Amino acid sequence: MTFDYAPAPESRSVVDIAPSYGLFLDGEFVPASDGKVFKTVSPSTEEVLSEVAQASAEDVDRAVKAARKAFEKWSALPGAERAKYLFRIARLLQERSRELAVLESLDNGKPIRESRDADLPLVAAHFFYYAGWADKLDHAGYGADPRPLGVAGQVIPWNFPLLMLAWKIAPALATGNTVVLKPAETTPLSALFFADICRQAGLPKGVVNILTGDGSTGASLVGHPGIDKVAFTGSTEVGKAIARTVAGTDKKVTLELGGKAANIVFDDAPLDQAVEGIVNGIFFNQGHVCCAGSRLLVQESVADELLDALKRRMRTLRVGDPLDKNTDIGAINSAEQLARITALADAGEAEGAERWSPSCELPSSGYWFAPTLFTGVTQAHRIAREEIFGPVLSVLTFRTPAEAVEKANNTPYGLSAGIWTEKGSRMLWMANKLRAGIVWSNTFNKFDPASPFGGYKESGYGREGGRHGLEAYLAPSSPEGAR
Amino acid sequence: MPITVPAYGKEAAGRLASMADVTADDGALRRFLHGLPGVDAVGLEARAAGLGTRSIKTTAKAYAIDLAISMIDLTTLEGADTPGKVRALCAKGVHPDPTDRTSPKVAAICVYPDMVATAKEALGDSGIHVASVATAFPAGRAALPVKLADTRDAVAAGADEIDMVIDRGAFLSGRYMDVFEEIKAVKEACALPDGGAAHLKVIFETGELQTYDNVRRVSWLAMLAGADFIKTSTGKVAVNATPPVTLLMLEAVRDFHAATGVQVGVKPAGGIRTTKDAIKYLVMVNETLGEPWLTADWFRFGASSLLNDLLMQRQKLSSGRYSGPDYVTVD
Repeated sequence: MTFDYAPAPESRSVVDIAPSYGLFLDGEFVPASDGKVFKTVSPSTEEVLSEVAQASAEDVDRAVKAARKAFEKWSALPGAERAKYLFRIARLLQERSRELAVLESLDNGKPIRESRDADLPLVAAHFFYYAGWADKLDHAGYGADPRPLGVAGQVIPWNFPLLMLAWKIAPALATGNTVVLKPAETTPLSALFFADICRQAGLPKGVVNILTGDGSTGASLVGHPGIDKVAFTGSTEVGKAIARTVAGTDKKVTLELGGKAANIVFDDAPLDQAVEGIVNGIFFNQGHVCCAGSRLLVQESVADELLDALKRRMRTLRVGDPLDKNTDIGAINSAEQLARITALADAGEAEGAERWSPSCELPSSGYWFAPTLFTGVTQAHRIAREEIFGPVLSVLTFRTPAEAVEKANNTPYGLSAGIWTEKGSRMLWMANKLRAGIVWSNTFNKFDPASPFGGYKESGYGREGGRHGLEAYLAPSSPEGAR
Repeated sequence: MPITVPAYGKEAAGRLASMADVTADDGALRRFLHGLPGVDAVGLEARAAGLGTRSIKTTAKAYAIDLAISMIDLTTLEGADTPGKVRALCAKGVHPDPTDRTSPKVAAICVYPDMVATAKEALGDSGIHVASVATAFPAGRAALPVKLADTRDAVAAGADEIDMVIDRGAFLSGRYMDVFEEIKAVKEACALPDGGAAHLKVIFETGELQTYDNVRRVSWLAMLAGADFIKTSTGKVAVNATPPVTLLMLEAVRDFHAATGVQVGVKPAGGIRTTKDAIKYLVMVNETLGEPWLTADWFRFGASSLLNDLLMQRQKLSSGRYSGPDYVTVD
């Protein structure tokens, strides 16, 4: 007998999903004005989880007005008072973290191991972190008395539904703004549960409004003249459309878009840990990570042995039921995303790269893609240039540090990068040369609320997280007449 | 003298074919050991912790418990040990759970050299090995002839396995060749007149070696010198086996096997007291070395109190309820 792990499913009974949800508008759940709804499914089973309202332009207008009204009182509160609400929300998130982790895994398809051990702790940490800033804004470096911008329109993606919500809402509230947030169409549920937490925390009505809907809802929100700030995380394509919409208005914008990060392994790297970092870099969250290390740049002298080690490690990855505590890789979020990953992987093969996946049995229903490795990739291949947003790693090689820098930077994106070497001086030299918002060394995909996050080039502009993240929600105080 | 670069994967076999090269002299050995890939502590500890989150339930748990029992070197290493104490331990090793004869036997009984004959006699033809800590255990601070005599004594008394401690002082001061030669000499002292040999387990006392880089180097050093098993610690110091150190040793064994084709066993010892911990170690073996190492021939637990917790968990699985410390024996 071999050591086969018996299924260890997390119980679904901790989460109670209602058959339908309205929009969270001015502190109440209300149906969409035109009564439209859409379904959200579990990507691992294609089971319909619930029905949510499709917000119309009229609903957007109502939400923005509610947020505007709430802004007057909310922004006038002393920072310490706002902090109390944020701390309360953070503690409620911790108390309900098991429920929210299961919900997130159901709606998103990510393994419970990640929603439980990565997402939820970070979600709470973001609220705790920004709660701490709320009464210290005078000391944040944005003037003696920085003011909130007003109403923030926020649109978030489906890869980390609750975490992206936390990244957006926590700094906005801490700085005295009110928000209208649109979660992604395929993963609206955790935002609606968050709405309930806002009520539980006694947050004043209208401070947080959640509008579920598709791209048209997002477009109405971004284009609404009543908002002062747009915050978006998602695809570069949509980011460009948003930039065009807000161009010429006085709305402030932050965009956190795609990436095609280089994960660079030198021949003196701690190889066992580099293999773990590569796996974590590309297979974490099914590769649905904008800062995923999707381009492995490995020094030629260790390429063969590193790839052997990587393949050996990939054979131990467990793909399957997201609610099983032993699952490493869950389901692809939607049929559309699966089709896109499949098309790009096929293009990789057609263009001559060599494809490899460990043998693994994929469930018969739901959306699945086996962890995949492409070797023999060149800069000219589509899979080396386009963001795949799935568990697909492209492997390139280099010979010298200068070549590594050149190849790593040769991309329209610039969100993150990783360097693996035991040599400190080279690590620092590389980090200075890489055009990326985040450079990890001897690690990958590490997040902390105190650390700013954001991109170069087509990966967007503005920073989220840390002290820098406050800037996107503050108008610096200035000498009278200067502005 | 060509420097052999240690490497992963099958290609390495050729590169390491000439083992004599890397152990030819002090300089070559040093260059080889210091050319091994570095260990990033944060990454290693994260991986060990990650493997510790595997959830092992029902059939997998039952399998793991029985496997763990069969891998135990049931140990008594006290100055106060008596033949009576050793015989009691042997009896427990043969029938760990007197109420349930389906329980597997332990792998070995581990005693001081002067108790080997007693243990050997008590175990009879049970198939359980007698392991003995020789070489001036646990400090290892004796002259080589004394250590070799200690070893020969234990082997002559019937020990099937010798657990030797390395000279940590020599290793830490960089005298790698001294450590290498000593392991080789002890291995030779394990030889039996009939041409066989007692199995040699080399104890590093990883808690005293401090760094992970040292652990990787000493693992390779011992394997190059002919260790059949590498073992974390004596159980007599503050820091004994830890999951990251054991994982690192498993990785070294994996790489050594890939490079030379030689299979070496691993034994974490000290501080592993609960079923939950033992299962975490088995998961590490499973996902690092796989099935070939998941037997008592290639993986052992050095433990004295682990067995009772395993037995209580085993009783819980079969009866559906927890018993208590009075339902397992104290020997």
